Amino acid sequence: MTSNGNSWQRDKEGMGLWEHRGKVAVVGWGQSYIQRRWDGVDLERSCGGLSKEAILKAISDAGLALDDITGLMTSKETRAEQTWAPRPYFAPPYDTEDGLTYCSGEFIQKELGLKNVNYIESDAPYIGPMMGMASQAVGDGKADYLVCWYPMVNLSGRYGHNNPANTSNEAKGGNAFTLPWGYQAGAMFNNAVIFQQYCQRYNTSHEALAPFVMNQRRNGLLTPWSYYALHEPYQLTKDDYLNGRLVEEPLVVYDCDRPVMSVAAFVFATAERAKDLRQKPIYVLNHAQNNIRGRSSMATLDEHQEAVSSLARKMEEGSGVNIKDVDIFNPYDGYATFTQQFLEGFEWHGVKRGEAHDFYADDIRVEGPHPFLSSGGNLGTGRTRSALHSDSIEQLRGTAGARQVSVKAEVALAGSNTPDSCGFMMYSTTPD
Amino acid sequence: MSMINGLERPIPVPFDWAKPFWDAANEKKLVVQNCSNCKINHYPPKQSCNNCDSTAPLEWKEVEGKGHIDVFLVIRDSRIVGFRGVQPINFAIITLDEDPGLNFLSNLPGTLPGEVPVGAAVEVIFDESAEVGRQLVPEWRVIG
Repeated sequence: MTSNGNSWQRDKEGMGLWEHRGKVAVVGWGQSYIQRRWDGVDLERSCGGLSKEAILKAISDAGLALDDITGLMTSKETRAEQTWAPRPYFAPPYDTEDGLTYCSGEFIQKELGLKNVNYIESDAPYIGPMMGMASQAVGDGKADYLVCWYPMVNLSGRYGHNNPANTSNEAKGGNAFTLPWGYQAGAMFNNAVIFQQYCQRYNTSHEALAPFVMNQRRNGLLTPWSYYALHEPYQLTKDDYLNGRLVEEPLVVYDCDRPVMSVAAFVFATAERAKDLRQKPIYVLNHAQNNIRGRSSMATLDEHQEAVSSLARKMEEGSGVNIKDVDIFNPYDGYATFTQQFLEGFEWHGVKRGEAHDFYADDIRVEGPHPFLSSGGNLGTGRTRSALHSDSIEQLRGTAGARQVSVKAEVALAGSNTPDSCGFMMYSTTPD
Repeated sequence: MSMINGLERPIPVPFDWAKPFWDAANEKKLVVQNCSNCKINHYPPKQSCNNCDSTAPLEWKEVEGKGHIDVFLVIRDSRIVGFRGVQPINFAIITLDEDPGLNFLSNLPGTLPGEVPVGAAVEVIFDESAEVGRQLVPEWRVIG
């Protein structure tokens, strides 16, 4: 019941059609309450509490009983370590980190009294590749009904300021080649650098991101459970964006997703079992990953562009679907600066290299002809990383409410995180 | 102290296999690795060549230390404690003239924040980290 390495990944070109194409489906999903931070007091809204809430909703959505669940999968990559704040432990079961800053399969198995679980993976990667890992596990027969959940944790304190690597006067190990010049860990710097290379090459500027970021907020406000719909229900204006607090110039705070407390859960089953369940099955046609490293200190625009082109080739090869036939496209937007690489690398709606900013200036609303990132992504819903998938499922089910696109919604492509390191899923309303 | 007033650069404490880079820096030399099999250069240092995947040794080689400014950001809100007192501060990417596929990081001592001449020629210099005399750090300054 431990991680089985990366052998399950489909991260190389030439692997052919996925062997479980159309034979695995998402049959239920659930979203917890979302809030900015855990207050350190309310255990129902701790990582464990929110995980239970999302999982129970997902199982109920699928029309299953607790005893039907045979597989559990989650990730410890909750980002809590960067927002650590000293605090006491509580009475069992909240007497360790498990349940507070992450939530293991074992915790859920015990807390929900799941009697028939025979497969637990508590150390899966972040949600992008984890959704692929879950699909592969069900296709491989490791579980009949597998619940996969992804928690994002945000405690008190300024993000990253309490990370020991950032508070030390020493830069240890690999950090010796980054921290002495102010390059902190994470996707922000490298992708901002690549954004600058992009602007230089294609003669564009940071201002051109405004329509995209504003549309993300708009889509988030059309998502009833989102952080912004619940807690800050107003539209971001162009002036707001352009005058946003500078973080790493030209990057402003509105280019960065908002850390939140959130858990989303998804139930996977074989297509055969999915046929008789409550919801219309959303079939998985392929999963594909990128695990690419740049040559030097900073990956370059050329390297990221080629990385996404390769990902697109892998996805087309494994799914048998031409990207031209993708209706719903939900690529990651943790920083607004790199989403365009996915748009151009996949050439969704024919967008070629250097054309993303013109595309952003066109009609990308959900009502329009190019409903890019109908989920609102992280920028619109808060840093869930899961809205990319839940929106794809809702769009294909036809239950996205105010966000439901007006164009056809039969095939969806979603994934995260960055162009060089990510996992994507191809979903469909039909298995073939 | 750093050439950039108030900057407290975290002191590099590298893995053992990367130590020759920092020892050379203390002698005011810039070195990179070169694969003895495929001859490709590496920076930052690696334990083995990921270009040819051979087990051939990576040899240290001194480079001239000339480069050009590719792009830059201005750090306004760093999470790194030693940088919080000197913001705004430049953060530039330098491509090495001898091998433009290699890039280095720089805060560009002597260049005002935000007034970075993109494309300008630069040369390597060496700056103090947070504990004076313990470890020099390669830096770059605009020339010409």
